[in-house]
Amino acid sequence: MLSKKQAKLFFLGGTALFALIFLGLSIDSLVNGIPKNTNDHLMTDGVKAGKLLWEENNCMGCHTLMGEGAYYAPELTRVHSRRGPDYIKAVFNFPGGWGPNGRKMVQYDFTDKEKQDLVDFFEWTDKMYLNGFPLDPPLKK
Amino acid sequence: MKFKSQKIAYYFFALSMLLLSLQIVYGFINGFAHMGYDGLHEWIPFNVSVTTHKNLLVFWLLSGFMGAAYYIIPEEADRELFSVPLAWVQLISFAVVGVAAVIGFHFQWWEGRKFLEIPRPLDYLVAVNVIVFLGNIVWTLLKGKKSSTTAWVLTFGLIFVALLYLPGMIYLDNIALDSYLRWWVVHLWVEGVWELVMGGILSFLLIKLTGVDREVIEKWLYVIVGLTFLSGILGTGHHYYYTGGPNYWLMIGGIFSALEPIAFLGMTLFAVQMYRKGNKNHPNKLALYWTLGAAIVSFVGAGVLGLAHTFPSVNIYTHGTLVTAMHGHLAFWGAYAMIVLAIISYAMPQMTGRKIYDSRNGHLAFWLSNIGMLGMTAAFGAAGVAQVYMERIVGLDFMVSAKAIQPHFFVLIIAATVFTTGITFYIIDFVKFGLPNDEAMKTAEDEFEVVK
Repeated sequence: MLSKKQAKLFFLGGTALFALIFLGLSIDSLVNGIPKNTNDHLMTDGVKAGKLLWEENNCMGCHTLMGEGAYYAPELTRVHSRRGPDYIKAVFNFPGGWGPNGRKMVQYDFTDKEKQDLVDFFEWTDKMYLNGFPLDPPLKK
Repeated sequence: MKFKSQKIAYYFFALSMLLLSLQIVYGFINGFAHMGYDGLHEWIPFNVSVTTHKNLLVFWLLSGFMGAAYYIIPEEADRELFSVPLAWVQLISFAVVGVAAVIGFHFQWWEGRKFLEIPRPLDYLVAVNVIVFLGNIVWTLLKGKKSSTTAWVLTFGLIFVALLYLPGMIYLDNIALDSYLRWWVVHLWVEGVWELVMGGILSFLLIKLTGVDREVIEKWLYVIVGLTFLSGILGTGHHYYYTGGPNYWLMIGGIFSALEPIAFLGMTLFAVQMYRKGNKNHPNKLALYWTLGAAIVSFVGAGVLGLAHTFPSVNIYTHGTLVTAMHGHLAFWGAYAMIVLAIISYAMPQMTGRKIYDSRNGHLAFWLSNIGMLGMTAAFGAAGVAQVYMERIVGLDFMVSAKAIQPHFFVLIIAATVFTTGITFYIIDFVKFGLPNDEAMKTAEDEFEVVK
């Protein structure tokens, strides 16, 4: 049957092999795949500033982006084409907090530049190729 | 308990109990908010409460792992912990960082990246803290009279937990690249090296509780952690399906992540088989319940429920919905919460001398918390599937579906109340144990000490 030594070899050998493969694939993803899929070359300073704002305000704590985050508020990858820049800008400083359907968002105090940075950020995410996500709802009327 | 220095574990376990209690409070805030009662919005908006809830989880589990290591390593190494004062410094600084992080969240001091929300300055403090912890543990093991597979699997697990924290500290402008590295922490933690920690603790508990020969148990430990990495490393790809990764991740991540449940199935069969093979006479029945329970519930929560939404063709619909919350709760509970509660149940009689092995409170704790968590999982599942159907398939507006699933959160809260009652009973027993003491060294003898 299997000896303890063989089991140990299985563990160490298997881990090493798959770690190596993963490292190789990761280098390809990080250097080639992801920058291509996300249009890395279209990242302006506004987009970068927008990403920083996204993190500083923990938007991910209510929303999802690329499907990642919390499930309390809408998915925002394609919000730029779905709602447009003016709608996006309108929600941030909305008095009392944006809450058109009863669920309240935090009321921020963003400057015009900050609002523009976030619009730039969402314009960039809107163009990302995510292997088909988010799907067009197949039963949508 | 063989060595006085093992008693330091108690204080880590006590910290875990405090943090778990607070985590539950914030869980209720989240549940009520989802149900439409967001009364605390002005002071604790949802992103504050959900971030606090998740980070308290990670802190209490890490504190539990540290306590487990401080208890297990001296015993496996057959010597006192290298430095008890250092362990105290490490405990207090860890608690301070945790408290600072949680308070900070309430003032929007955070990094805003899921699971890695603690601000960068605190990341550095955590890193230092963990280095101190690891130094103490590794030195104890290296300078010990004995060592064991169990001890080294646990220790290497903890070392790699620390090393894998580092990729999360790299700032990248491209959010998809940022997220790619973020999963090196989150996935390779909970579907990777944390399983080494769980395996090590499980191995230790099975050796103590069943009396089965160490060589047999440790051989199977290697098989299980081997299966974990064989599947889990490339299984990381299931986080790269729809977050900007190249499309080969769909195939690679899909196949390998579908294999991940095998490692958990291995743990289940292993634990149950060792129990059946053993002599079933160990008096600490509660520790046995939690140990076997962890092996079984982790398979259901992490394994089965993970499998349920890991295929790319399913995941494209469920990605970023409450289905993830369904899986996450039962997975974390079964794999990591229960194994920490198991080592606590085993170690507390040893450290305090009070033989609370089979109490009514303890049994109520086990059953109510598990039934409650299963109920919560079902509630999240119902909410999640309904959300997927309404939003992703029919294309209804987010808030339309959010309002429609509110009743499921009512069920969630009822189930969470059952769960909390269970945890309350657990903590009542924890308090009843009293403080650790040196007299306990001779009173709580393990009848099934395996002679090396």
